Amino acid sequence: MGRFVARRLLQMIPVFLGTVTIIFFMTRMLPGDPAAAMWGDKAADPAQLAAFKHRMGLDVSIGRQYLNYMGDLLTGNFGETMAGRKVIDVIGEALPVTVRLALLAFVFELVVGVTIGLFSGLRRGKAFDKSALVLTLLLISIPVPVLGFIFQNVFAIQLKWITPTVQDSMNLGQLILPAVVLGSISLAYVARLTRTSIAENLKADYMRTAVAKGLPRRKVIGTHLLRNSMIPVVTFLGTDLGALMGGAIVTEGIFNVKGVGNALYHAINLNEGATVSGFVVVLVLVYLAASLIVDLLYAVLDPRIRYA
Amino acid sequence: MRGASQAKWVVAAVAVALAATACGSSSSDGASSGPVNAQGTFSYQSSEPQNPLQPANAMEVGGGRVIKTLFKGLVDYDPSTGKLRNQVADKIETTDAQNYTVTLKSGWTFHDGTPVTAQSFVDAWNWSANVKNNQINSDWFSDIQGYDAVHPDKGDPTAETMTGLKVVDDTHFTIALTGPVSYFEYKLGYTAFSPLPKVFFTDPAKYGQSPIGNGPYKFVSWEHNKAITVSAYDKYEGLDKPKNSGIVFKNYSQAEAAYKDLVSDNLDVLDQVDPSDLASYKNDLGDRAVDQAQGAIQSISFSLYQDSWKGQDKAKVRQGLSMAIDRDTITKTVLQGSRQPANSWVAPGAMGYKDNTCGEACTFNPEKAKQLITEGGGVPGNKITVLYNADGGHKEWVDAVCNSIRQATGVECVGDPKPDFKSARDLIKNKKVDGLMRTGWVQDYPLNANFLRDVYGTGAAANDAGYSSAEFDRLAGEADKATTVEKTAELYQQAEAQLAKDMPAIPLWYYKTTAGYSKNVQNVKYDSFGDPVFTQVEVKQK
Amino acid sequence: MPDLIEKNAPAQAVASAEPKPEKPRSLGLDAWHDLRKRPVFIISAALIVLLIAFAIAPSLFTSVDPRAGDLRLHYLTKPNYLHFFQADWFGYDGQGRSIYARMIYGARASVVVGICVTAGVTVLGGLAGMIAGYYGGWVDTIISRVTDMFFGIPLLLGALVVLNAFTTRTVWSVVFALVALGWTQMTRVMRGSVITVKQADYVTAARALGAGTARIMFKHILPNAIAPVIVVATIALGGYIATEATLSFLGIGLQDPTISWGIDINSAQKVIRTAPFALFFPAGMLSVTVLAFIMLGDAVRDALDPKLR
Repeated sequence: MGRFVARRLLQMIPVFLGTVTIIFFMTRMLPGDPAAAMWGDKAADPAQLAAFKHRMGLDVSIGRQYLNYMGDLLTGNFGETMAGRKVIDVIGEALPVTVRLALLAFVFELVVGVTIGLFSGLRRGKAFDKSALVLTLLLISIPVPVLGFIFQNVFAIQLKWITPTVQDSMNLGQLILPAVVLGSISLAYVARLTRTSIAENLKADYMRTAVAKGLPRRKVIGTHLLRNSMIPVVTFLGTDLGALMGGAIVTEGIFNVKGVGNALYHAINLNEGATVSGFVVVLVLVYLAASLIVDLLYAVLDPRIRYA
Repeated sequence: MRGASQAKWVVAAVAVALAATACGSSSSDGASSGPVNAQGTFSYQSSEPQNPLQPANAMEVGGGRVIKTLFKGLVDYDPSTGKLRNQVADKIETTDAQNYTVTLKSGWTFHDGTPVTAQSFVDAWNWSANVKNNQINSDWFSDIQGYDAVHPDKGDPTAETMTGLKVVDDTHFTIALTGPVSYFEYKLGYTAFSPLPKVFFTDPAKYGQSPIGNGPYKFVSWEHNKAITVSAYDKYEGLDKPKNSGIVFKNYSQAEAAYKDLVSDNLDVLDQVDPSDLASYKNDLGDRAVDQAQGAIQSISFSLYQDSWKGQDKAKVRQGLSMAIDRDTITKTVLQGSRQPANSWVAPGAMGYKDNTCGEACTFNPEKAKQLITEGGGVPGNKITVLYNADGGHKEWVDAVCNSIRQATGVECVGDPKPDFKSARDLIKNKKVDGLMRTGWVQDYPLNANFLRDVYGTGAAANDAGYSSAEFDRLAGEADKATTVEKTAELYQQAEAQLAKDMPAIPLWYYKTTAGYSKNVQNVKYDSFGDPVFTQVEVKQK
Repeated sequence: MPDLIEKNAPAQAVASAEPKPEKPRSLGLDAWHDLRKRPVFIISAALIVLLIAFAIAPSLFTSVDPRAGDLRLHYLTKPNYLHFFQADWFGYDGQGRSIYARMIYGARASVVVGICVTAGVTVLGGLAGMIAGYYGGWVDTIISRVTDMFFGIPLLLGALVVLNAFTTRTVWSVVFALVALGWTQMTRVMRGSVITVKQADYVTAARALGAGTARIMFKHILPNAIAPVIVVATIALGGYIATEATLSFLGIGLQDPTISWGIDINSAQKVIRTAPFALFFPAGMLSVTVLAFIMLGDAVRDALDPKLR
């Protein structure tokens, strides 16, 4: 077990460095001069522009900039924004919000998705299964912006259950609706994966054995069926966590949530290379951690897999 | 100058309230008024400042409006009459529009209790002008003698102070300019000319995170990307004492979100109504809806530096294209009444504004448009593009203008969106546009000179079209040397007539402030920069 | 052992449908016979054929120019649902253009993006996955790690950055961005599938008979390993169409004069309260399109998956 984790961690190092490299060059190759944009419509002051570029380390070759960036990163320095704030502070403000939002969405899609999937799988072809299929299909095919507008109009403007936008991005209660919108598409995938997996495993030998042993139904489903059916679901959820955190650009915009998606969208538009790379570094770390946890969960879920 | 709404460039803090406005504007002395809670605070739709909060370091509204509440300069503008009035200054005297003597009132203090003296101004200006300190508005000091020494185009400054600034005693200092600038006092209303306390110079960066000013409000807290809070300063000496006890500048990245919060009374004062709610906001808000003129203009400029637009005949083509735009219909439909069709190059409300200087060329007339374009030799390739930034809400009207041109003249026209303000500005500033481009101008100070010299003078910083007319430059030069502001304004009107002949840019429409406020507040008024008059807002008792 | 793990749980879970290698030849035919009888397949196939017809020859369905607008007459005019196939059937948008005509013309961008991106990621990702799975060893290690690198970047975020680099964006820039960032998904599926198939007896037999690498890869392994890739590709197609619309909605996808439902949804959201129909039709059309492709993918998966039959 320990050796397996150590090996996985070692493998992550090149992946991490590679992703950061890709995103570094992607952001630095964007057209336009981020520094000159500070002056808006006016012509930039040449002396100040040069001084500014020097301070930001933009006056050396791109290769040099890359080495500087990676060097700083290894010492935990994420650089500065154009406005002179530390990128790590910007991340520190947005990340807790998005972690909350993503976790809420995650719990929502996990609990509701698996429940729907379980009952659909057990009652394959019945009315519940069919309506669940239609519902999940609809959720998958409605684009996120449209879903967001519908929810906002129905729950906030018509029913007045909530405020149309999030007032306090750290307040869990206010984040519920955005989380539902954010998690809904994944929810549909989770439900369908669970359903397929349950239906498949129902025919497995160990199920027949468990039922033949006379185990109570609750136990058969809980320990045997559900546990064995969760592997594809866990795989999906593992990759989804990263997507939930980085992909909430539309949802966070519609509900004015001050999270990673919002900050990233603005950073990309303002050509804030250091900020974009900084966020991506964090997202990659989340992604790598999630995939490690997924691997470890396989062993918990499937007794046949053991990590020496 | 204003470009995009993504980063609205409010440049000056001077404020002139406009007398006549289209629809029933903000004064809410009607049924909705109630008892006032002087201890109440209110919230205002804002955005994250781009730079630390230093007075000469804010060009966009996010930081600019906060700074406006925290600082007060020598002069400002009375929001109800638009007249220049003294604040920290007791009087500003000059005989030649070049050498000024400033006398300060005594008794003004910074929020840390230290007095505001002549030294506070001179030190602040010298610091802000210095190239090493990287202040975004440092060029505002370029009229002052000795600016070149503290702010050379290349290399390190050769001096720490500008020779044109001299402290006489605690309440007196003198300003010497490099030449006569008849409207220099107008410029002094800008926040860049604010005084700074001693504590600023010990650590300007730290100060920028929690500034100490001398304005009607003092700084309380800055939660980045969330909110900035200021509270009324009880020892404020200015004429505009706050009628409320504080403001929360709430950060919104989506104007739609802010509007929805306003309707549900979760936000008190709005910056601008977003386009999706323009059609219904007067219904939603009733007498809390605001609709008044703003000192800003939207236009389309030509890339005159490209061969295809050179030559005297092409002026006819440009006039023809201008006539092919149905301004009335577009402002009424696509822009939902949020703009007023333009017929000159200066926004109304600015001193020296003259109605209809564009005349026939700004009136929709498809037949004449076609005829002029043919006479001028047509548009190269019979196709034009209009460059704009996609993040500023310009798409709808650019498409409509193009449709109008295409249908009136048969010239193919497409919008050419660049993803954001920055990339659009890059192309425009570097003179790499081939065709037409969206341009706009928000007044720095309410004088026609600002709309004309700074936009159409040869080599001017914002001359995006690359326009160069000897006649225009001559008239503008004479106007700048005039000793009274009135004379300056008049001479600039003559210069404006030259624009009608050359048509370097097509005036489209003037901006309006379309905003509103919640049921929690009353007496909300906006100045001609579109800023609410913060100090006058009254919070109602609950 | 990583190999073992991934065999037991393919990284892309939808690919859990692995074909049984016993009856390789008849699988495709079997599936086809099965598909023809499924109502879901028939409905989705019909919808897709219709969409493709819209994309190829929009002028057959409407004679109205989707770019011509008259603000004075048609600004946000309400639909007239009895005027079948006419300009005002679904009303007019904020530029006075026929929503019906734009709905028809908008199909082209979506269909082209969907099909080209899917083809691109399948070829590119599939090839990489096959090489990784077939050769194993350090080749596999490198390809798998590169795949991991791309997986760490969320698709929408990556596409935003890539598309920002284009000054003028067409359908092809969107296709490029989505292929550049999306190919790794297919690599994983193909790799897992190839690893399973290459241990089959007939592969060993072919190798023993002296077949070359290329022959083994394309004649023996590919036909047997392709099924999960087809399944994932069909389902992903709908997703790519939705992504294009989301990018266009954010203003970073397609741009005028290309007609895209995403652009129309974006413009319509500004008038959502006065003219909800302007949002409803492009959004509905987009949903139906995505739905059709996902249903097709579902049907194909069920048909190709012997375990569930």
